[in-house]
Amino acid sequence: MADPALQAIADAETQEEIERFLVEQERKDLLRFITCGSVDDGKSTLIGRLLFDSKLIFEDQLSALERDSKSAGTVRDGIDLALLVDGLQAEREQGITIDVAYRFFATDKRKFIVADTPGHEQYTRNMATGASTADAAVILIDARKGVLTQTRRHSFIAHLMGIRHVVLAVNKMDLVGFDRAIFEEIVADYRAFAEALDFETVTAIPLSALTGDNVLRRAAEATPWYDGPTLIEALEGIDAARDWSALPFRLPVQYVNRPDLNFRGFCGTITGGRVRPGDAVVVTPSGKATRIARIVDFHGDLDEAVAGQSVTLTLEDEIDVSRGDVIAAEAAPAQVTDQFAAHIIWMAEAEMLPERQYLFKFGSQTANGAVTELKHQVNVNTLEHGSAKTATLNDVVFCNVALDRPIAYDPYRENREAGAFIIIDRYSNQTVGAGMIAFGLRRATNLQWQALDVDKPTRAAAKGQKPAVLWFTGLSGAGKSTVANLVERKLTRLGRHTYTLDGDNVRHGLNRDLGFTDVDRVENIRRVGEVAKLFVDAGLIVLVSFISPFRSERAMARELVEEDEFVEIFVDAPLAVCERRDPKGLYAKARAGAIKNFTGVDSPYEPPETPELRLAAGDRPAEDLAEDVVAYLRARGLID
Amino acid sequence: MSERLTHLRRLEAEGLHIMREVAACFERPVLMYSIGKDSSVLLHLAQKAFYPAPPPFPLLHIDTTWKFKEMIQFRDRRAAEIGMDLIVHTNQEGLRQGVNPFASGSAVHTDVMKTQALKQALDMYRFDAAIGGARRDEEKSRAKERVFSFRSSAHRWDPKNQRPELWNLYNTRISKGESIRAFPISNWTELDIWQYIHLEGIEIPSLYFAKERPVVAREGQLIMVDDDRIPMAPGEQPMMKTVRFRTLGCYPLTAAIESEAKTLPEIIRETLVTRTSERQGRIIDHDQAGSMEKKKQEGYF
Repeated sequence: MADPALQAIADAETQEEIERFLVEQERKDLLRFITCGSVDDGKSTLIGRLLFDSKLIFEDQLSALERDSKSAGTVRDGIDLALLVDGLQAEREQGITIDVAYRFFATDKRKFIVADTPGHEQYTRNMATGASTADAAVILIDARKGVLTQTRRHSFIAHLMGIRHVVLAVNKMDLVGFDRAIFEEIVADYRAFAEALDFETVTAIPLSALTGDNVLRRAAEATPWYDGPTLIEALEGIDAARDWSALPFRLPVQYVNRPDLNFRGFCGTITGGRVRPGDAVVVTPSGKATRIARIVDFHGDLDEAVAGQSVTLTLEDEIDVSRGDVIAAEAAPAQVTDQFAAHIIWMAEAEMLPERQYLFKFGSQTANGAVTELKHQVNVNTLEHGSAKTATLNDVVFCNVALDRPIAYDPYRENREAGAFIIIDRYSNQTVGAGMIAFGLRRATNLQWQALDVDKPTRAAAKGQKPAVLWFTGLSGAGKSTVANLVERKLTRLGRHTYTLDGDNVRHGLNRDLGFTDVDRVENIRRVGEVAKLFVDAGLIVLVSFISPFRSERAMARELVEEDEFVEIFVDAPLAVCERRDPKGLYAKARAGAIKNFTGVDSPYEPPETPELRLAAGDRPAEDLAEDVVAYLRARGLID
Repeated sequence: MSERLTHLRRLEAEGLHIMREVAACFERPVLMYSIGKDSSVLLHLAQKAFYPAPPPFPLLHIDTTWKFKEMIQFRDRRAAEIGMDLIVHTNQEGLRQGVNPFASGSAVHTDVMKTQALKQALDMYRFDAAIGGARRDEEKSRAKERVFSFRSSAHRWDPKNQRPELWNLYNTRISKGESIRAFPISNWTELDIWQYIHLEGIEIPSLYFAKERPVVAREGQLIMVDDDRIPMAPGEQPMMKTVRFRTLGCYPLTAAIESEAKTLPEIIRETLVTRTSERQGRIIDHDQAGSMEKKKQEGYF
């Protein structure tokens, strides 16, 4: 047993000795780091080595490891340390790590949590995930190969995710005879490149994960020319507690604890600064000011709490505070905006479309929003900026985001927790992206609404009707425009004021500049949704007849108006029927390849899940379907 | 209060954050309580997260009917002391079919009386979030588990299709029938658990402490004779040995270790010095290679 602390505890004779040891152990701090490298850089072997040498492998694990090494190992003799780390069975069989795995070990001075992140090309998202909670990055380089494209990529992502400390582990030094010149050339290469990334520290170490040289054990024989730290010494020496407690105080309210009328506690994790009872604070976005009354804790009230702690605060005044609000130092409140510029890492197979609505989650705040402008894409290998219309899996883009309500934030560079967000698809509920706020956009605060004296209720009353959007969706040839036309005639006969927005007609004018790619389809529907909203504001009944193939955009159109003003009508005719009808000859052209991105042929149609009205349009005459719509509007009370 | 939080305080803060996120984002959360030391820490974190209120969710215990008697007494007493509702669920169909660890083997017993029973309970009470005490250091496949881990409406875990999890921003969105398992102590090691129990003075069942207990040897492991359901070979007599348990489960599936550790510091010393990992005492993991991963996909915690 090499570890002196373990030896001491093993030899401890009395309860007091053990107690003393425990109290000491409980004072250790924690460093979280990621390891990144290319596929064969020996990352898993390095982590296996750290676990093995720090005595974190138990005997039964060791015997399982020996057994596994014989069947799946890639090391001819002895044990394959990488097998300790490569978790899931399928991955083990493929011989590669494919997700983020977390590992734990400790030394005398510190505890460590390692995120093992994969090295191959397409897995930017996994590395970003591992890096998001890491204080430091260990970047592996194969001494035989030097600085590679992947090395640059990993370093850039580490920088992007706000990591300040890098350890450059030049591995497999045993395979180049521990040659000093080779090591120094690699380090010079790396430093030249990394200068632009502005890391606080970069520590380069010549080592071999396989033999253990300069990992935990100083390799005096192999590298007599090297007098820097071993890997573990470097990790123990990193001062990652960049002083979050020196930042202005921030508490995003996560949960309101209100067991009875006498107690109202605001719970959350402090993302910056420190707090004491009596401190003057302001609640954003409401802007109400008060003072901290107590910091309530299970073991008795606290005199002070600092960044990183999860606390319960009570306030001196009874002001309205709910989940999503941020309690901040009065002298330096959080910024508030509904528009900002941010880096986004896209993490889903489905591409990111500008103007499509997603959920954005910041701390405990969630808002609907969309990317309004994609400024540029960052090539993670060259760091060059390129143009892009959409973002696909593993893309890093810089863009403007607009939300449906203001949120409190700090720029990511100033406060990681207060400037980070994730993007969630509203239908699949998948996490599709991660972002870091660069800065708020002033526009948001300068552009204001002009108050008008004549409003929607007044205009509607003048027409003696309830305004609404009748949104007809369905395949081309389903009969949307035919039915909408008949419905409008009937409504006009009933003395209603109406207007029809027809897909083809609008594309001749307002949307003349748009094509049929997914990006343009989203913009097409966004504009029509906005126009429909204006007409509803004018007091009209608007009939919208658009294929509108995507659920997200129909939902966006729905959310532009009041809940009871939107009627989604699914004109549901089977594709075969539509194709047989083919009133405009479009299906024939699409099948012949003359038209691209045709809905139903080579572009998807997402049928509504819960439309207000579904018209079985395959077999019934359009006149009957139009009657169904009018009957529905009567039943809903939209017309008399 | 020192500037730099200790590792235990950082882990604790993360645990409290996760507890509160579950309470804030789900309609029907539940805390999976399995009575062991990890569950004791979980319960303590729940108490701290919502103090001065009691935790705003019930406890759920899946009772296979083969737990140590002392575990059941401990469970009932703790739930009452903290003032939490306790739901105990047993797979009645499994009982009727006579499934038990001796005749059915550990694999069938665990599947029917734990995995299936858990799914039954989650369905019956329509829980949309279940807080569990799994730790990433326990077993290789758990190292990749998310903190908020998505389960399909059939309670399945798909390791290839997990939601990316960044910072402390957890995606809590689910559709009807789907659920989330949340793991507040994901990043704790066994030693962290013991140190935290020591630091906070958390009560744990006395089975963890060495004492003279009646045991029999089965396939090289010591099994405690907790009641008379354990089959004896002709002429076999339980031996009295000073033993304790590193982990608590169904008594026929949980091996005791010989030990003199009678106090918490002694247990911690033994844990530090020992070279046999925790789950070895649990027989279910040895059924087949990658067996925990298979059980997890099927819905075992």
